[in-house]
Amino acid sequence: MDYLDYVQMTKGQRFIYKLKSFFIGIPKAIANFFKAIGLFIKKFFVGIGNFFKNYGSRFAKGDAGTKLSYIIMGAGNMLHGQIIKGLIFLAAEVGYIIFMITFGAHYISRIYTSQLVLLDSKPDTYTGFYKFGTGAVGKEVAIVQKTIHGESVTNAATADDSNKILLFFILTVIVTVAFIALYIANTKSAYATQQIRAEGKKPMNFVEELKTFLDDRFHITLLTLPVLLLIVFNVLPIIFTICMAFTNYDEDHQSPIKLYQWVGFKNFADVFYADAKKSSTFGLILVWTLIWAFFATFSNYIVGIIVALMINKKGIKFKAFWRTMFVLTAAVPQFVTLLVMRLLLDDKSGAINSALGTSFPFLTEWANVTVIIVNMWIGIPYTMLITSGLLMNIPEDLYESARIDGANAFQQFTKITFPYIFFVTTPYLITTFVGNINNFNVIFFLTGGGPEDPTKYSNGAGKTDLLVTWLYKLTVDKSNFKLAAVIGILVFIICAVGSLITFNMSKASKNEEEFS
Amino acid sequence: MNNTKAAKNSEMQTGYAAKRRLTNIIVYVILTVMVLIWIFPIVWLILQSFNTVDRISSRMLPEGFTLDHYKTLFTDDNVPYGKWILNTFIVAVLSCVISTLFILMVSYTLSRLRFKSRKKLLNIGLILGMFPGFMSMAATYSIMEIFHLEGQLLALVIVYSAGAGLGYQVAKGFFDTIPRSLDEAARIDGATSNRIFWVIILPLSKPIIVYTALTTFLGPWADYIFVSYFMKDSTDNYTVAVGLYKLLDNEHINRYFTTFCAGAVLIAIPITILFVVMQRFYVAGVTGGAVKG
Repeated sequence: MDYLDYVQMTKGQRFIYKLKSFFIGIPKAIANFFKAIGLFIKKFFVGIGNFFKNYGSRFAKGDAGTKLSYIIMGAGNMLHGQIIKGLIFLAAEVGYIIFMITFGAHYISRIYTSQLVLLDSKPDTYTGFYKFGTGAVGKEVAIVQKTIHGESVTNAATADDSNKILLFFILTVIVTVAFIALYIANTKSAYATQQIRAEGKKPMNFVEELKTFLDDRFHITLLTLPVLLLIVFNVLPIIFTICMAFTNYDEDHQSPIKLYQWVGFKNFADVFYADAKKSSTFGLILVWTLIWAFFATFSNYIVGIIVALMINKKGIKFKAFWRTMFVLTAAVPQFVTLLVMRLLLDDKSGAINSALGTSFPFLTEWANVTVIIVNMWIGIPYTMLITSGLLMNIPEDLYESARIDGANAFQQFTKITFPYIFFVTTPYLITTFVGNINNFNVIFFLTGGGPEDPTKYSNGAGKTDLLVTWLYKLTVDKSNFKLAAVIGILVFIICAVGSLITFNMSKASKNEEEFS
Repeated sequence: MNNTKAAKNSEMQTGYAAKRRLTNIIVYVILTVMVLIWIFPIVWLILQSFNTVDRISSRMLPEGFTLDHYKTLFTDDNVPYGKWILNTFIVAVLSCVISTLFILMVSYTLSRLRFKSRKKLLNIGLILGMFPGFMSMAATYSIMEIFHLEGQLLALVIVYSAGAGLGYQVAKGFFDTIPRSLDEAARIDGATSNRIFWVIILPLSKPIIVYTALTTFLGPWADYIFVSYFMKDSTDNYTVAVGLYKLLDNEHINRYFTTFCAGAVLIAIPITILFVVMQRFYVAGVTGGAVKG
């Protein structure tokens, strides 16, 4: 449709058109999302292809030194005059080999053992046999013969620690990836120095090279330490947790008492269609999480804007006082205010119920409503704080000309104030929505996820549990690490897909909705 | 003719003013009611902290006035409040220093230096940030066990500051707004990236340094999840948040409820002051990136 057609439409038509194009846009945004994934995969494989092409061509064009550095790292640099750099490469190669022999090989060999391991510490109730399986993380050494129900059964005492093996295996993989990167850098560096030599120049000496880390390669200097810590204490645990989702690591499989095993996609299948209760638990919690995120986000947003408008209204005095009163409540640490709310609202011993002599079920029957309302108490001051700043940014002459044209207060709000605030706060709205999906504090401190309802929910989940509070309970109370890992991965997928699609859509609609 | 028009005009104006006065009164009433609702839990907390009974009283107003609960905080062996504050303070200061450094380093690099893998790093950071924060808590705990750090404060410092590298968005948004011509001019004068960082960018970045330092300092005071999981039963290594939370356990609440109130009030005072001081940085941080877009 042309711009002219659009301009000629009446208000109602425009609204319907916008609404229509929004919904038409959804499949397109989803399609774009998958297209982006496709492009990414294509780029990835083209990149790998180029990588091997360059790797080969460097070898073909290389002189003896460069060719030698494909086997002995640093040889090329040393032969071309960069002794210290060459020695560092060589030391890295020697270090890696020693690391693999003394450390890595052990953990690689044990990451998937085909040896029989005990699946359950108790014999099967029907057959009386111990159940065995293969594919464990780690090995059992001391094997003890036992006779149960007249059958000879091997009972094995474990010596390995599955956790340690899996963790160090991942560490070995990370070190190997880093080493491969260094190896490639070595071949590149050898070829580069060869070319410099061929041009008749002298390659940089070590001190000169070190100086580049303060200038051209300053990013490496600044990023090394933060990234290293991030890899060890953030990336490594995340990979570890993702691996857990494919094992049977839970209360009954904790090393050193029991090793755990690889089970493939069984845990994911369990979440979606094991038995009716197990799979409905995830569905119920997911639906509640989305309902919660929607109401928590928009109730705060709308009421927060209204409060900000009231405080900033012309003719209202003591603006600073009103604002400070709200900011004060936001400033008190959240765990304090939330615990106070719980003490006030508790069904039996709560201060409000005992003062009124009632026992209104704030935190049981009405828990789902209560948490949303309390969340408004928590969140509105923040929205107020953010939007009052923005309100002052709106140019006053916009309102003036609107008044001259005869617009009333309501029209000014819908035509000027709201579009402006909405435009500026869209990214904030998206992050708040994602933040509310992961909003642990409000639910945990108020209801702890309760009230529990074992008839509908499995694994200790309750009516107000979000996916993340359930994840916390699974980890801390139930030690059901495999299920917690699955839930974590699913939350990640929901957040990632959701933000990518909304991001795509807001990017697409930006030109149209641009506030001017 | 003219007269009637003027009369009509002034009538309209008084009508308008009256209407405006009325709406203002309505707004005042709504605001007052809201402020009362918002202030009520906090006032209740403060009043209870002076109450003479130990459990939750069935009356809204305190039954008497005493400072005993504030004394209990520092004298009762079951409530090592001073130790909790000290723990939290140590963790907060250490992780504040390390995190602030990391965040400045990472955000400066990603904002102002151009190198090959910059886009890739930005994307990886975005993806890592989407994993629920404590999803890998159990795994992190296993790593701490290997280093024999479980149940120690150092583990908390490491957890808080190791993730700092991912919190670069706000500071990056700030660095993005510093004109690039400054860097270029310095570069023409022969300054290296290192010198530009220390001599030109950092002195200009005082607001964002203050903001980053304050947020990273406040983090440990409010965190419950990691501390409760990492410290398990080692009461001596609790931080304030977990220590106070445990006072509301079924076994403690009837003896220590008002002590909890006193502890909560004491801890809330400095944090509230800090937050009120830094609120404008907070607003700038949240909306800064958006206003430009």
